Amino acid sequence: MSWFSRPKSKVKPLPEEQSERVVRTEGLWFKCDECNEILWKKVFEENLSVCPKCGHHYQISARQRVDLLLDEGWVEQDTNLVSNDPLHFTDSKTYKSRLRMMQEKTGIRDAVICASGKMHGQPVELCSMELQFIGGSMGSVVGEKLARAAERALKGGHPLVVVSASGGARMQEGMVSLMQLAKISSMLATLDDARIPFISILTNPTTGGVTASFAMLGDLNIGEPKALIGFAGPRVIEQTIRQKLPEGFQRAEFLLEHGFLDAVVTRHELKRYVARSLRRLLNKPAPAPEPAAPATA
Amino acid sequence: MLAFRMSSAPTNSTPNPTAPPDAKLRDESASASASRTWQRVQLARHPRRPHSLDYIERLFSNFEELHGDRAFGDDAAIIAGLADFGGLPVAVVAQQKGRDTKQKLHRNFGMPKPEGYRKALRVMKLASKFGLPLISLVDTPGAYPGIDAEERGQAEAIAVNLREMSRLRCPVITVVIGEGGSGGALAMGVGNHNAMLENATYSVISPESCAAIIYRDAKKAQLAAEALKMTAPELLALQLIDDVVAEPGEGAHSDWDAAAGLLRGHLTKVVGELRGRTAEQLIHQRQEKYRRIASFFEEAGA
Ligand SMILES: [Zn+2]
Repeated sequence: MSWFSRPKSKVKPLPEEQSERVVRTEGLWFKCDECNEILWKKVFEENLSVCPKCGHHYQISARQRVDLLLDEGWVEQDTNLVSNDPLHFTDSKTYKSRLRMMQEKTGIRDAVICASGKMHGQPVELCSMELQFIGGSMGSVVGEKLARAAERALKGGHPLVVVSASGGARMQEGMVSLMQLAKISSMLATLDDARIPFISILTNPTTGGVTASFAMLGDLNIGEPKALIGFAGPRVIEQTIRQKLPEGFQRAEFLLEHGFLDAVVTRHELKRYVARSLRRLLNKPAPAPEPAAPATA
Repeated sequence: MLAFRMSSAPTNSTPNPTAPPDAKLRDESASASASRTWQRVQLARHPRRPHSLDYIERLFSNFEELHGDRAFGDDAAIIAGLADFGGLPVAVVAQQKGRDTKQKLHRNFGMPKPEGYRKALRVMKLASKFGLPLISLVDTPGAYPGIDAEERGQAEAIAVNLREMSRLRCPVITVVIGEGGSGGALAMGVGNHNAMLENATYSVISPESCAAIIYRDAKKAQLAAEALKMTAPELLALQLIDDVVAEPGEGAHSDWDAAAGLLRGHLTKVVGELRGRTAEQLIHQRQEKYRRIASFFEEAGA
């Protein structure tokens, strides 16, 4: 659970919240930075990293997300693809060494895990982005893995679900990164023409080129509560307009209000919600009896 | 001191054989290319560089602008309309910057808002429906990053254009004539044939923003510009664009008519190549190209 010991969000929080954003992780305790509640870490984790008191959704890893959404027995796909550093990019370190460092830290070779599996029995292709891998940024490998997942969905005739958690394009791959937006969006046109359902789940944060391509192209676009979702990052907008942003700006509820999300769904409800939506989009009858929804946290 | 590879071509790609045999695009030695990159960034933003309307009035007869996205408004940062090109009807979409202060404000510095992208898409779909060649001129520092743009779904507008452009049933020909600013440029840049003018730039991030991130110093934009490989010859070598269109003299700003003449030659050639194809052939060629584009990965051992 490496994400847990490094919980500082890469995305700059809203100005009102800047002072107290660090999650404290001394020993077995966890202090929620939203409501200041002190919780057993174990209780918090068993609650899917959602604060049981205030309902704040903390980030989880790509792998935890796959476990959360798929039935047991899923198969990971395309695990061995690595970027070949097309620009020979160097910032404070070479891109190649940054990739190696990230691979060691996260245990995956790039910023997305793709899995074939089932969701309450329904076969799906699931892609889950890893925010801890260079900010979940999208380069050639992420683009290729998503395109291959879409191709598997097309071939198998079953739905595609993508969980986004990303700052957008990967600067270190320059225009190679930007072109992945067009690559994936074009694949999604093919999927759309074939009437294969695609559900996009946007988690905290989803910004930049990822929002401006596949994350906004779902047959359903579903947000997690309070997830930051936008095209430009809040800091860029503040610098451009030279004024503070309104409270709640670019949060999932803001997008819902402005008509860009179909629903905001809690993490506890997510699998049931997506599976049921997919069944309906696939025009399949309800199993009897359909499980009742639990009270939301 | 940070080391940068100055080579314009990575070892694993070959130049596009259909590119113009323009020696000065190829024979750039390492040190020359370093300063040439920054020259090009400045030329792409040159105050006298021709903008979309300057080309439109020289290339097309009786261009008639079509306004509005049918939903919210009419974004002056994007121009769309119908025209004749060499006697044949075409649809044109273009990003438009202003020249004096008043025009710059009117055109929002060439930074489109969602309604601009939706207007462009509306006219693209007209072209698709009636089989007209679509010519898109790209010239923007980027999509506008503001509260109103976010409220009206800047990301959604760009995303939908990317998806829909890939399945337009007409020839789609795009040319970056100045600045190609990231997703805001790509949202009008998904074509059967994508070119850049010789001194245009195309980048995922501005060199200033990139420098602020990697060197914590926006003044090192020159280094960042080299690292990003944002010039036309470099992007042709990476096979991310299909062609480079030559500019006259010191650059397009030095002779607008000559620049338009070179662009006309390019468009005549590409429109001629694509006009005979069926909608299915055009979509297939476009989607196959984007399936393969920018594939820079390898299979690691298990
Ligand atoms: Zn809490």
